[in-house]
Amino acid sequence: MTGRRRSAQAGAGRASGTLAVVPDAKLPLRAKVASQVSRTAAALSRAAGRGDGSVIGGWIGLKIDPDLLKHLATGRQVALVSGTNGKTTTTRLTAAAVGVLGDVATNSFGANMPSGHTSALAKAGATPYAVLEVDEHYLPQVLAATDPRAVALLNLSRDQLDRAKEVAMMAQLWRTTLANHPKVAVVANADDPMVVWAAVASPSVTWFSAGQRWHDDSWVCPECGSHIERAENQWWCTGCPLRRPEPQWVVEDDGVLDPLGHWHKVTLQLPGSVNIGNAATALAVAAQFGVRPIDAVPRLARVTSIAGRYAQVQRDGRIVRLLLAKNPASWLEAFDMAERAPTLLSINARDPDGRDTSWLYDVDFSPLADGRPVLITGDRAYDLAVRLEVNRVPFRHVTSFEDAVAAIPPGRLEVIANYSAFQDIRAELNRVN
Amino acid sequence: MSTDESRIRIVWVYPDLLSTYGDRGNVLILARRAEQRRLPVETMEVRSDQPVPRSADIYLIGGGEDGPQALAAQRLAADGTLRASAESGSVIFAICAGYQLLGHSFFAKGVQCPGLGLLDLHSDRGPTRAVGELAGDIDPRLGLPPLSGFENHGGRTHLGRGVNPLARVTTGVGNDGTTEGAWFGKTLGTYSHGPALARNPALADLLLRWAIGADRLPPLDDTWPDRLRAERRAAVAAPAGRP
Ligand SMILES: [Zn+2]
Repeated sequence: MTGRRRSAQAGAGRASGTLAVVPDAKLPLRAKVASQVSRTAAALSRAAGRGDGSVIGGWIGLKIDPDLLKHLATGRQVALVSGTNGKTTTTRLTAAAVGVLGDVATNSFGANMPSGHTSALAKAGATPYAVLEVDEHYLPQVLAATDPRAVALLNLSRDQLDRAKEVAMMAQLWRTTLANHPKVAVVANADDPMVVWAAVASPSVTWFSAGQRWHDDSWVCPECGSHIERAENQWWCTGCPLRRPEPQWVVEDDGVLDPLGHWHKVTLQLPGSVNIGNAATALAVAAQFGVRPIDAVPRLARVTSIAGRYAQVQRDGRIVRLLLAKNPASWLEAFDMAERAPTLLSINARDPDGRDTSWLYDVDFSPLADGRPVLITGDRAYDLAVRLEVNRVPFRHVTSFEDAVAAIPPGRLEVIANYSAFQDIRAELNRVN
Repeated sequence: MSTDESRIRIVWVYPDLLSTYGDRGNVLILARRAEQRRLPVETMEVRSDQPVPRSADIYLIGGGEDGPQALAAQRLAADGTLRASAESGSVIFAICAGYQLLGHSFFAKGVQCPGLGLLDLHSDRGPTRAVGELAGDIDPRLGLPPLSGFENHGGRTHLGRGVNPLARVTTGVGNDGTTEGAWFGKTLGTYSHGPALARNPALADLLLRWAIGADRLPPLDDTWPDRLRAERRAAVAAPAGRP
């Protein structure tokens, strides 16, 4: 069962599970105890089969020493990666790129709240570098605790609206936070008006352009409330000076143009143009640490799947590929990545997904109406059924992943699922990473 | 009523301001159910910096956050078309924030804001946010099966004598924990947010019937919406915490 699990630092050059090598000498006593307990608890949690153990250990450690994250971050050069979508993948790519310089601690299982950061740093021991994925809501706290050298801001869009703060409030939260930390180098997405408005509060911004398929959360200017116009790859406010800044890092074809005007071909094992964009972001963040793109690009090619995302698995003669889509923007990206092959869609509406399925109507499912067999499953398959009928996408309902595999001929099966549905299928495939 | 021959004209009002919970779904479902009856439809999206077109058959107004809601109310009041169209018999279907702004006043950004006064009701802030499944028995005069939906709002709505409650609440909060939504003439509002019509196809058909003045429409194969409704009905009847 555990054979497929990789270490938390896979791709960043450090083996995990070797607690003995961790030099805790520099930590205050309380932090030392907390750090040790944190690692032990994580190991116990894993041994008990309760997930990756990356949250529980950190949570216990923070109970013992509330400043543990701060203590563990001290002495490391830290990069934070936040945004609604792509942060797990971008974090992994950034860790790989910064890995050119030395060992990197990272929370690559998507445990992106302070407990997960604490656990990741405790487990990694002393590393000169850390690249941490941060939940959008927690950016202020984690920024204050880790004093990062760079922060990457990917995008902001609607996500689990029955629980999360509204998009504009999130942009405001980021804006205030960045204004309070003027020394942090910000690496931000020039194509997302909400991100730009938040980032311009910082005196030090490097802009990247990775394209943006989803526009429905940024038609209204966060500064003045006027309409935002778009043409080609540009956008501008019709009522105030807010407009797309000129990016220094740009996705061009299957590569990335750097600020010096050099184009680097990017070969990835991850699908879709969205991941070339994530690679561009990773290169821009790594450059803040002095990593040259030419040195980092080969390391990006070694990154495979991340916590099951994009994983390919053989099952009964079928090649199953897993694509995670958590919100409307990421569904559009998943349709772009999926090959024209039999496709299984699975939807749940449990707590981690948000209980509300309204977002189904923010996604245009018509790209699936191209003749490929479409199968649906999950707790909320009927919501999906009604949605697909409206989009005139023929489908077949199956009650389990096994039935889906049996329902298609040998060959490829693309699976697109939202968060807990994805985890269910991943569990059926022995927690594939 | 249509100016453009026999097409049903559906106008989605201000999606740039009021479109938070998949509101597009209501437009898509109305258009789809009309097309399945071979009724020609034309859908239009009208941004808040554009004039609202006159005498459409159906106007849809979606949900939204406080700031955009207040802005939408201001612009719709200045525009004036919605009131004139309602008076001349157009259908108006409004969700959540859009529903509130049809009343005399609503609460947004810490103050009581004037609404359009198309429905005799006003809204203020409730003690808690109402989030979750919403169900209720619809006013028998409308002849519809029970309402099934999902709500997410901080407001409470108080109905005057000049409107009818859309439903009596059986699950959730709606207006005030007792009644949900309101209707008067051919104007209808609900807290069942986003794609309310996905879970209430009979309500979609009522709006289409009002628009074309028909007592009935040919039935459609509603296997999947019916399964969805049954599954949601079972879910709200089950102990809390079940998916
Ligand atoms: Zn502006």
